[in-house]
Amino acid sequence: MKVSDLIEQLNLKVISGEKGLDREISGAYVSDLLSDVMGNAKEEQLWITLQVHQNVMAIASLKDLAAVILVKGLQPHKSTIEHSNEEQIPILSTSDSTFDISGKLYALLKQQ
Amino acid sequence: MNLEFQIEGGNFSRAGHASSEIKKMLKQLGVDSRCIKNIVIAMYEAEVNVVAHAFEGLIQVHIESDKITTVISDKGPGIADVDLAMQEGYSTASKKVREMGFGAGMGLPNIKKNTDELTIESTVNKGTTVKMVNHF
Repeated sequence: MKVSDLIEQLNLKVISGEKGLDREISGAYVSDLLSDVMGNAKEEQLWITLQVHQNVMAIASLKDLAAVILVKGLQPHKSTIEHSNEEQIPILSTSDSTFDISGKLYALLKQQ
Repeated sequence: MNLEFQIEGGNFSRAGHASSEIKKMLKQLGVDSRCIKNIVIAMYEAEVNVVAHAFEGLIQVHIESDKITTVISDKGPGIADVDLAMQEGYSTASKKVREMGFGAGMGLPNIKKNTDELTIESTVNKGTTVKMVNHF
């Protein structure tokens, strides 16, 4: 499954990093602690978080993550958007809570 | 082969920049990808520690045929009790830094897990030098 396949099925809004929408997804990691993601997320995973500053993209890039999903309609900082476009790693937005979007994504990936 | 990068203390907008540059170079040099993953985790954590706690720092990477040695040295407050700092969950990070999702006391444990050899030398009110070695 690709990042682009999720957009419609999970009703996500693409905020930035459109060039990375064809990245493959291997799963997801849910955390708001940056060192937790740094230490434990795997490449090609989606990262679901409420952190909106640009260090999120530094980590997404260093870990070769597929995309970042921001929960509860939170908007990324301008610098985060710029970094996302540079690295071609999409930032997606949902109005759902972390729990709800994680559950939906889990069900979707499990069908595979 | 040697690489060097400066780290600016307190500037979170640049945090991870040095690690990112070094990661690109290691990829270009054809270093084993599992090894790069480990080094990148350890180096990023060390870089963030300098940004969060010190005034300025330097990353020096020395690549040999069988290992990579990374030395991160900073001018800063130093670490009074290194054993305590190594404990999971222990952190002296400020409230502001914690709100960003840093300062969970996972940085140094992450470094230890992802390096084959780790030495930390620190002098209070002077600075800290972290040396890590990763074998291929």
